Amino acid sequence: MSDTQKQIHLAAHFPGVNNTTVWSDPEAGSQIDFASFSHFARTAERARFDFLFLAEGLRLREQGGEIYDLDVVGRPDTFTVLAALAAVTDRIGLAGTINSTFNEPYEVARQFASLDHLSAGRAAWNVVTSWDAFTGENFRRGGFLAEADRYTRAEQFLRTAWELFDSWAPDEVVADPESGRFLRTPDAGTFAHRDQHFDIAGRFNVPRSPQGRPVIFQAGDSDQGREFAAATADAIFSRHSAPEAGRVFYQDVKGRLARHGRTPDELLILPAATFVLGDTDAEAAERAHEVRRSQVSGQTAIKFLEHVWNRDLSGYDPDGPLPDIDPDPGEHTVARGRASVRMVRDPLATASEWRQRAKAEGLSIRELVIETSARQTFIGSPATVAAAVNAAVQSEVSDGFILAPHLVPGGLDEFADTVVPLLQERGVFRTEYEGRTLRDHLGLRTPGV
Amino acid sequence: MSPSPPSPPAPPAPLHLAVALDGAGWHPASWRDPRSRPDGLFTAGYWLDAVQEAERGLIDFVTFEDALSLQSTDPAGDDRRTDQVRGRLDAVLTAAAVAPLTRHIGLVPTAVVTHSEPFHLAKAIATLDHVSTGRAGVRVRVSASAHEAAHFGRRSLPEFRPEDIGLPGAQEPARELFGEAADYVEVLRRLWDSWEDDAEIRDTATGRFIDRAKLHYIDFEGDRFSVRGPSITPRSPQGQPLVTALAHASVPYGLVASSADVGYVTPHDAAGARAVTDEILAARDAAGRGGETVHVFGDLVVFLDETAAAAKARRQRLDETAGAPLTSDAEVFTGTPAELAGLLIDWQRAGLTGYRLRPAVTGHDLPAITRGLVPELQSRGAFRRAYQAGTLRGLLGLPRPAGRYARVRAGGQS
Repeated sequence: MSDTQKQIHLAAHFPGVNNTTVWSDPEAGSQIDFASFSHFARTAERARFDFLFLAEGLRLREQGGEIYDLDVVGRPDTFTVLAALAAVTDRIGLAGTINSTFNEPYEVARQFASLDHLSAGRAAWNVVTSWDAFTGENFRRGGFLAEADRYTRAEQFLRTAWELFDSWAPDEVVADPESGRFLRTPDAGTFAHRDQHFDIAGRFNVPRSPQGRPVIFQAGDSDQGREFAAATADAIFSRHSAPEAGRVFYQDVKGRLARHGRTPDELLILPAATFVLGDTDAEAAERAHEVRRSQVSGQTAIKFLEHVWNRDLSGYDPDGPLPDIDPDPGEHTVARGRASVRMVRDPLATASEWRQRAKAEGLSIRELVIETSARQTFIGSPATVAAAVNAAVQSEVSDGFILAPHLVPGGLDEFADTVVPLLQERGVFRTEYEGRTLRDHLGLRTPGV
Repeated sequence: MSPSPPSPPAPPAPLHLAVALDGAGWHPASWRDPRSRPDGLFTAGYWLDAVQEAERGLIDFVTFEDALSLQSTDPAGDDRRTDQVRGRLDAVLTAAAVAPLTRHIGLVPTAVVTHSEPFHLAKAIATLDHVSTGRAGVRVRVSASAHEAAHFGRRSLPEFRPEDIGLPGAQEPARELFGEAADYVEVLRRLWDSWEDDAEIRDTATGRFIDRAKLHYIDFEGDRFSVRGPSITPRSPQGQPLVTALAHASVPYGLVASSADVGYVTPHDAAGARAVTDEILAARDAAGRGGETVHVFGDLVVFLDETAAAAKARRQRLDETAGAPLTSDAEVFTGTPAELAGLLIDWQRAGLTGYRLRPAVTGHDLPAITRGLVPELQSRGAFRRAYQAGTLRGLLGLPRPAGRYARVRAGGQS
């Protein structure tokens, strides 16, 4: 084992409501039953992964004014599942997305502090923002934020939560029956916070948790999002798993840290990644192709195209050519509750580019969508995938990966059984947990008060 | 191992028992009892041990106390005391953290409905029902405290004490808060019904994961909030998890009558038990729920020992340690399991269908309930000898309701 090799961080994302989850596979299980989460978490822990990750949902997606029915629909509550998983696992980190727009700091801070206590120091929070009145219709505050205010609220929300976490000293609970002293001081938990978004004061009611503060993840990719992460996050859940884009992103974000008084090892870059394994590279490639065909049915391809065209395209044949009409450049109303829709900044240009490509390569609608939306990161035999994962980390594409298999609950099993041992043999991935907390696994310091 | 299958509700005796868990117990000095584990209060293991002890005693369910503020002896603000338990973990998360390691007992966390979002709570309790395979409930709690409101900064509340609710000046704020709570429960229940049981179809022939006709917008519009729906969490094993509330006066009795499956009340004798159950059941009928079961449970703080003298002496010692006699909204029982069994059966004849016992010292009085009181009740034919249902509703003899939207659809309406 060479000392110069970076250690890889690996995590598992429980897959859900998007077309990468192949629910039609005979091996696909429940997306709701706790047994699925339990199996998934235990597999990840058996493989010595750093953490497992859950997304959240606050409104069912709609397309064309109807609830979207082609992908997995429905999820359980993030906090509740993570707390239950704390009971059936011992070491693996428990990370959840919790929105900062439709929550309040006092409540979220006590939920995360509670999760950190109940899991003995394994909680992580992926701080996200919401963007629309569509989601707001499910919440009593109802309102929504202008896009420009999203990160202001998120950052102030996070800083408020930190103030609450820090309001108890680590040794505040004495609990000595002899002396009758439960608290060391009468002012434990005292806080007062006032800024543009929050004006709150009083006493926080959860003692300081094992990690002090949960590990903070951030997933935004805009310039604002990257700056927010550089200022506040412990890790970034990025989209950039491809080598070139990954390296550019890695350099950019790590380069922002110094101006926030931080060092490059204080922020881990962990892209989302998928994988398809086979006994040989050829077999894996064939399986990968099958997976893509399952992920993008003809109907899914048309719906995907509607995201860009912002029009009803249900009359088009998915096996035929792309529509010759142009996208509707107006306000996006066809698909709702979907982050990916926002990523197409210029629909006319995208449509034109896709038409040219489809024509040049002779692609049907479905084939084009399969090509342009492919998110398969690692395809090959276990040896090939292990080498690729390691090469990416050693060449600073990332500090590791958050793997999202396309099957529940067994989608991680093969990776755990075949790829992980090869990484361990190379000396780039742990064979045992060395610490007890998620901060230990990630090599992050526990914040002082 | 799988939970035992549901069976028709034919319990040998109709008395139900719940245990209320809070810190080291309900006496302020309970944490200093030699059998308490005050250094474990913020660990999962502490709560798991307590719930497993209750489960060994075949208890229907446990409740977990909670609040969105620090404990205080002064309802108007912080008492800044350092000699009592301060700090608590989120009750829903605590219940979830014991769910996979228990099998039969119901889990009923407290949730403050004045400040939280019904959409979040609906999915959290539905998920608790999924992770416990049908054992979830919630105790909805109103918060009237100005200092708790200051933790959210979204609304200011006129200061009033819940125990003053009978006073003329408190009526209006109480109606406002409990009216909001009733709306909140309505939203919970609609969201729980917003997915029909068989909405997930996984139809590979048509490529559809769900039948969207079996998902429903709830379109709730109230004075204080509106919620569109549907829930993001599919319908849970019980369909409707248990809704419970503690009530001390007519306005909150109305909430129990209109919205709850179980109400906790605090009578101090059999006549009081009769009066409160009559009032709640009349209000239930007036609310149009005449055909439905609303359980009325008596709340009691309990000190249990082998002799009445020992229980009394223990209570005195704890009072001395605390520096003041115990005060409680509920009747405080001090005596033997046999004496308590007699009282429970007596008040049951006055209309109560069960009890929520608050152990004065969890480490002492909880095992006294499970190993002393329960066998005593069993020997009198007044309590079950085994869990006889797979869900909490089943334990309480409540049916699994069909979803309201499914009923409408089945009736041929849109």
